[in-house]
Amino acid sequence: MKLTPLLALTAALLGWSLASQADDKPLKVGFVYVSPIGDAGWTYMHDRARKIVEEEFGDKIETNYVESVAEGADSERVIRNLSARGYDLIFTTSFGYMNPTLKVARRFPQVKYEHATGYKTARNVGNYQARAYQARYLAGMTAGAMSSTNQIGYVAAFPIPEVIRGINAFTLGAQATNPNVKVKVVWINTWHDPAKEREAADSLILQNVDVLTMHTDSPAVIQAAEARGVYSVGFNSDMSHYGPKSHLTAAVMHWESIYRDKIQAVLDGTWEPKAIWHGLKEGVVDVAPFNEAVPEWVVEKVNTVKMQIINGEHAVFEGPIYNQAGELMVKEGEQLSDEELIELEWYVKGIDG
Amino acid sequence: MRIEKRLQPSQTMVYLSPILALVLTVFAGGLLFAALGHPPLESLAIFFIEPLRDTYGWSELAVKVTPLLLCATGLTLCFKAKIWNIGAEGQFVFAALIGGAVSLQLTEVQGFWVLPVILLSGALAGMAWAGIAALLLTHFNTNEILTTIMLNYIAVNLLLWGVHGPLKDPAGFNFPESALFAEHTLLPLLSFDYRVTVALFIALFMVVVIWVLLARSLLGFQLRVLGENRNAARFAGFNSRAIIWFLLLFSGAMAGLAAISETNGPVGQLIPTLSLGYGYAAIIVVFMGRMHPLGIVLASMLLGLTYLGGEMAQIDLGLPKSITGLFQGMLLFFLLGCDLLIHYRLVLKERAFGVATT
Repeated sequence: MKLTPLLALTAALLGWSLASQADDKPLKVGFVYVSPIGDAGWTYMHDRARKIVEEEFGDKIETNYVESVAEGADSERVIRNLSARGYDLIFTTSFGYMNPTLKVARRFPQVKYEHATGYKTARNVGNYQARAYQARYLAGMTAGAMSSTNQIGYVAAFPIPEVIRGINAFTLGAQATNPNVKVKVVWINTWHDPAKEREAADSLILQNVDVLTMHTDSPAVIQAAEARGVYSVGFNSDMSHYGPKSHLTAAVMHWESIYRDKIQAVLDGTWEPKAIWHGLKEGVVDVAPFNEAVPEWVVEKVNTVKMQIINGEHAVFEGPIYNQAGELMVKEGEQLSDEELIELEWYVKGIDG
Repeated sequence: MRIEKRLQPSQTMVYLSPILALVLTVFAGGLLFAALGHPPLESLAIFFIEPLRDTYGWSELAVKVTPLLLCATGLTLCFKAKIWNIGAEGQFVFAALIGGAVSLQLTEVQGFWVLPVILLSGALAGMAWAGIAALLLTHFNTNEILTTIMLNYIAVNLLLWGVHGPLKDPAGFNFPESALFAEHTLLPLLSFDYRVTVALFIALFMVVVIWVLLARSLLGFQLRVLGENRNAARFAGFNSRAIIWFLLLFSGAMAGLAAISETNGPVGQLIPTLSLGYGYAAIIVVFMGRMHPLGIVLASMLLGLTYLGGEMAQIDLGLPKSITGLFQGMLLFFLLGCDLLIHYRLVLKERAFGVATT
């Protein structure tokens, strides 16, 4: 009889679906953060996304987080503790957690891990990144248009590719609306130190800078700009309430779309360790609402370019691009590939620092 | 009730004070948990007991304690002699950089001597860094507090230069990390299930060494005299310059070993944020441990436990990270408060021969 295997299969499927229905324990999702959550910045946006997905999935998932976990020997213990306490999916949201995550993952093959901003994956470790540079480019266009001294200040954490990409994209954007603009960079070698961030911002203002932005975690730079009466561009989250007059816009991150997809995949049993790099198109990065000081033509221009990037008509790192020494790095009609972007280590012309 | 100066510092209170401080911290911590809306006893159990519920917890405490204890052994001797070496952090970081560079060089080389060479390179690097402060102190009479602190910042920046520059992993997409160290350059684990390495035994052995040194040797006596009264030490004919050199070099070597215990232990590579402030935390350990070898073992365990407990409180109670800082702060606050009782005492009743009121 031909029907028997079919029947058996149906029965098996029925049994399997009943079994999975009976297993209605919520999926436990853990998050490891590098800094305190606070009310703005990198970790704040990860936690905001956590709350959004928790709300959406309701009692299907249960989330928890550990904040201010130092990137060193401590992080491995925290990730391991979460793994040992029955978490099914763990997001480790800072670059320095890459090797600790991989080490723990080897011991807990049944747990799934997603690491942000690194480059390694494993059987149960995926990797996700945001194309923040696309939003940086748009934020740079706004900053360039608003600068009258043609000097923009940039407070940056560490000279790693992620940060360098952002500085380059911001500068290219600024030059698109103001070809004479120069970007001055100050390195502070920390992701989160409001006092240092503030100090760097103040020193830039003394150097005749009239728009400030940063690649650090706190809103200290925005506050400095507001206090000294210069413009600022936020990063990670909309920081306009720290600078009602000065905050022009911000390059923001919306991690919830990635978290939603990953959690859904684990719930469906279709999760795979992938390396994904999402940007404007997927809604992971965006620009925050514009300050009323930004003229209409700038807003329109930014929105046009945003649509072009989303449609693939325009790329941020599109030739001709020159480096600081004036050498042609990207030829007319060419653009940098993802592989080249991931290890980007040179600065575009117009950057000082 | 009033406070009155004791005729002599109380020896009982020297040892009772940390215990009293711990009791007060636990009590205040309970009130704190209650105020935050968590059951105080259960929460305290999660903070202080849950991290040590199993072997894994104890092993993690040992991982946390090893570098703290190594730094603290060196500092104990320094502080006994009132040489205020605040530079264990810098000595740690510089030793990590050098030891890391040596480990990376030895990636392709096998041999029984590989690990001793790495340990030695770390100890020598720590000594070299502390030696700068010793030279400045003995020859130019520079204040060692200032020089060691400044050397800390220099060391951190050297490490940053190393991981952003020559020691960067060539296959690491320009991220500021070295390559992972080869397996044979890592300190042997005590068990494959845990992260504790042989460095724990080195630390405990060094505790015994300083114990013997302090209690049983002429040098121990000399450095105590030096701490009590530098002039007296000079009159007694002690070579205080040599003692200062020894103390700073010794504590540099200990900080160096602490660095190797971390880089070639649980971390396994050079990263920008290696130290997590072990050199500074060790200062607290030494004072809390009453500059006594056994005391610093207990104090480093207690301080280590506050880190583990803070993580547990985050995971199980959903409390913020600040809880770790709060407990450490309370511990220090109560300790300093209780230390008052070493030199002063509380008098409950006015004595009969007090001020006449009639």
